[in-house]
Amino acid sequence: MSTVSETPAIGLTHHGSEDTGLGHRGPESKSIVVPYGFWLFVLSDMVLFSALFATYASLVNATDGGPTTNQLFDRNLVAIETIALLISSFVCGLAMIAAKRKNMLWTQVWLLVTGLLGFVFLSIELFEFAKMINEGAPPQRSAFLSAFFTLVGCHGAHVTAGLLWLGTMMAQIWAKGFRQDITRRLLCFSVFWHALDIIWVAIFTIVYLIGTLP
Amino acid sequence: MFGRLTWDAIPFHDPIPLITSLVVMLALAAIAIWVQKMKAWPYLWNEWFTSTDHKRIGVMYIVLALVMLVRGFADAIMMRLQQSLAIGASQGYLPPEHYNQIFSAHGTIMIFFVAMPFVIGFMNFVVPLQLGVRDVAFPTMNNVSFWLSASGALLINISLVLGEFARTGWLAFPPLSEKAFSPGVGVDYYLVALQISGVGTTLTAVNFVTTILKTRAPGMSYLRMPIFCWTSLASNLLMLAAFPVLTATLALLMLDRYLGFHFFTNDGGGNSMLYMNLIWVWGHPEVYILVLPAFGIYSEIASTFSGKPLFGYRSMVFATLAICIISFMVWLHHFFTMGAGADVNAIFGIASMIIGVPTGVKIYNWLFTMYGGRVRFTVPVHYLIGFMLTFVIGGLTGVLLAIPPVDFVVHNSLFLVAHFHQVIIGGVVFALMAGYTYWFPKAFGFTLDERLGKAIFWCWFIGFHLAFMPLYVLGLWGGTRRMQHINDPTWAPWLNVALLGAVIIGAGIVLTVVQLLYSIKTRDQRRDITGDPWDGRTLEWLTLSPPPHYNFAVLPDVHGEEAYWMRKQTAIKQDQLIKEPDYKPIEMPLNTPTGVVVAFFASVCGFAVIWYIWWLAILGLIGAFAALVWYAWRDEHEHVIPLEEVRKNARERRRIRKEHLHKLSQST
Repeated sequence: MSTVSETPAIGLTHHGSEDTGLGHRGPESKSIVVPYGFWLFVLSDMVLFSALFATYASLVNATDGGPTTNQLFDRNLVAIETIALLISSFVCGLAMIAAKRKNMLWTQVWLLVTGLLGFVFLSIELFEFAKMINEGAPPQRSAFLSAFFTLVGCHGAHVTAGLLWLGTMMAQIWAKGFRQDITRRLLCFSVFWHALDIIWVAIFTIVYLIGTLP
Repeated sequence: MFGRLTWDAIPFHDPIPLITSLVVMLALAAIAIWVQKMKAWPYLWNEWFTSTDHKRIGVMYIVLALVMLVRGFADAIMMRLQQSLAIGASQGYLPPEHYNQIFSAHGTIMIFFVAMPFVIGFMNFVVPLQLGVRDVAFPTMNNVSFWLSASGALLINISLVLGEFARTGWLAFPPLSEKAFSPGVGVDYYLVALQISGVGTTLTAVNFVTTILKTRAPGMSYLRMPIFCWTSLASNLLMLAAFPVLTATLALLMLDRYLGFHFFTNDGGGNSMLYMNLIWVWGHPEVYILVLPAFGIYSEIASTFSGKPLFGYRSMVFATLAICIISFMVWLHHFFTMGAGADVNAIFGIASMIIGVPTGVKIYNWLFTMYGGRVRFTVPVHYLIGFMLTFVIGGLTGVLLAIPPVDFVVHNSLFLVAHFHQVIIGGVVFALMAGYTYWFPKAFGFTLDERLGKAIFWCWFIGFHLAFMPLYVLGLWGGTRRMQHINDPTWAPWLNVALLGAVIIGAGIVLTVVQLLYSIKTRDQRRDITGDPWDGRTLEWLTLSPPPHYNFAVLPDVHGEEAYWMRKQTAIKQDQLIKEPDYKPIEMPLNTPTGVVVAFFASVCGFAVIWYIWWLAILGLIGAFAALVWYAWRDEHEHVIPLEEVRKNARERRRIRKEHLHKLSQST
C-alpha cells in the first residue's frame, strides 16, 4: 500500500550500509520470532527466580533457633539428583537431533528418557522434602526453611510443569507428526528444559554447596 | 463444600456497597438486555471478544480502563467527602474499616486496572501501525493477555458484592497484610486478582518486546522508529524485568497467608522490610512503565501539532533508555525511614535526583519542538502544555522527597500523596486523555468534539490543582495520608477546596461520556475520510481510518525518519502517488476463543482460591490447561484475505489519497 513515491536521495536506504541484520529488513520469519519470544519469557522467569534467590540469601540465617543448612542437607543425595537432571538435559538434546531428522521412534524414545530422568529428579526432591518435614524442619518452622522450600520447590514446580508439557508434546508429535509449528514448540520446550538446568546449577551452588561448607 | 463462602459474605448490613453493587448489576443487566435486543452478541463475540486484531484488543483495553476509571474515581470522591465531613466532633459517613477498603481499592484499581490497561491499550493500537506491520508478534497471546487483565478486574469488583477488599493500602504491606492481622478475604482478593492480571502483563511484555525488536516494516532501523515505539519498548523491557518480581513477592505473601510460611511475619524469623524491598523493586519501575509511554504520546503530539520533526530525536531515545536503566536503581527512596543508614540513603537519594536529568532533557526537547513551530492549539496540545506545567512542579516536589532528611519529615504525609498524584495525573492521565483524542479518529473514523474536549481538559487541569495543591500544604503541616478522621478543624477549608477539585474532575469525567455520545451522534459532520486528520508524520496515518484488519495492503518501505511525512511531502511535490505495487493475498491469524476460555477458568480458579474452595480451584486449573492444549491442537492458524479484496480496498484507498494529496499540492 505504499502509494507515495520515495526519495532515495534522503537518508540511506535499507539496502545500503545501514543494514546491520537487526530485523529491519521487514518482519522476521516465525522460526526467528517464536523462539525469540520464548527466550524473553525464559528471561522473565529467571528474574522471578532471582527474586527468590535474593529472598533466600537474606533469610538463610533467620533460623529462629531451628535447624540450619549444615544439619539438613545431604550432599550425596543432591549430587545424584543433579546428575539425573543434567543427563536429562543431554538426552533432551538427543531428542532434538532425532526430531531434526524427523525420526519418530528415536524422538519419542529420547523424550521418554528425558521425562523419566526428570521424574527421578523430582522423586528425589520430594523424598528430601518429606524427610525434612519428618525431621521437624517443615517450611513453617522458620523464615530460612520457608525460603528454602519456596526456592527449591519453585524449581520443582517448573520441572513438574515441564513434564506435563513434555507429555503433551509427545502426544502431539505422535498425533500430528513433525509439523513446522510443532517442531518450533519442541525447540521452545528444550530451551525451557535447559534453562531449568541453569537455575538448578545456581541452586546447587548457592543452597547446597555453600550450605554444607564446614 | 464452599470453603469460607457463606451468606454472611454478602454485605446486607452495609448499605453503601450493597446499593452500589445492586446498581452495577442492574446496569450490567440493562446492557446485556440491550445487546440482546440489538442481537449484537454474535457481533461482539466474533468481532471483539475473540479477535486477535491488535487494534480491536487495544480498544477493548481502553474500554476496560475507562470503566474502571469510573469505579476508581467513585472511590476517590468518597474519600474526599469523608475527609471534608469527618472533622472534629463529626465522624463522617464511612466507618474506618470501610474507609480503609476504599483507599486500598482506589490505589489498586487506578494503577493496575486504569493506568496499565490504558497504556497497554495504546501500545496495542498504535505500535504495530507505527512499525508498519500487520499485527503483534503473538496475536493469540495478546488476546489471552487482555482477558487475564479483565479477569483480575472482575475479581476486584466481585469483592464489592462478596466479602470485602483489603484494608491495607494499595501495596498490602506486611505485617498488616498477614493472616494474623487481616484474617478476612480482602487481602486474598487483592493478591489473587493481581497475580492473574500480572501474568497477562508479563505476556504482554514478551509480546511487545518481540514485536518491536523483530517485526518492523522493511527499512525501519532502530533510529527510524517513532518515539512512541521507543518509549513502548523501554516500558515493555521494564515490565519484562519488573513484573516477575511482583509475581514472586505476592506469591511469598500468599504462602505466608495460606500455608503459614514465615517470610514477612513478625515471628519465625520473618522480615517485613524484605517485602518493602521486593515490592518496590517492582514498584518504582512501574512508575516508569506508565510514564514512558506517556512521554511517547506527548512527543508524537508535540511534533505533529507543531508541524516539525521532534527536536533532538536521538537525545530523546537516549533519555528514554537512561530512565529505563536508572529506574531500577532508586527503589529504596520509597522507604528512606527504614534505617538503612546514611550511606545507603545518600546513594539512593542521589540516584533519584539523577533520574530527573533525562526527564529534564525531554521537557526541553518538547519545548524546542514547539519553539518556532506553527502550533495548532488542539485538545491534545492543551494537554501537552498542561502536562509540562504540572509535571515540572510534580518533578520538583519529587526532588525534594529524594533528599533523605526532607523525606524523614514528609514520609507518608499528604505531601507525598500530592506529589505522586501530580506526576501520575499530570504526567500519565493527561497523556492518556491526549492520546485518546489524538488516536480516536484512527480507531473509529471520526474525530471527537473539540469544544467538549477543551472543556474536559480545563476540568482536569483546574480540578487537579484545586484537589491536590491543598494537600501539599496540609502535608507540610503534618497531615498523614489515609486518615479517616481529621482532628484539627482549621484544616476544613483546605479539605473543602480539595473536595471541590475532585468534583470538578468528576465533571470532566461526566463530560467525557457526554463528548463520546455527542461525537457518535454527530459523526457524519466529523468523518475522517483521508485517514490523516491531523497532518500526521508517522505510519499509522498512512492507512485509512479505521484501518483494514491487515493494516497495510503492502508493508511500507521506510527510507528515513518520519517515514510517512517524507512520503507525503514527496507525493505533494510531485503531485502523484508511486507506481501501484504488486498486491498479494494476505494471511491473517484466525480469531480464537482461547483467551476468553482461559480467563474464565483463571477467574474460577482465582475465586475458589480466595474462598478456600479447593476442588473448584483444581477444576479451574485443569480447565485452563485443557483450553491451552485444545488450542495447541488446532490445524488451521490463519485465514487468507483473497487478492481481489486486498486489491479492491487498496485501489479505493489510492483514489482517496490521490484526491487528498492533489488538493494539498494545489494549496501549496
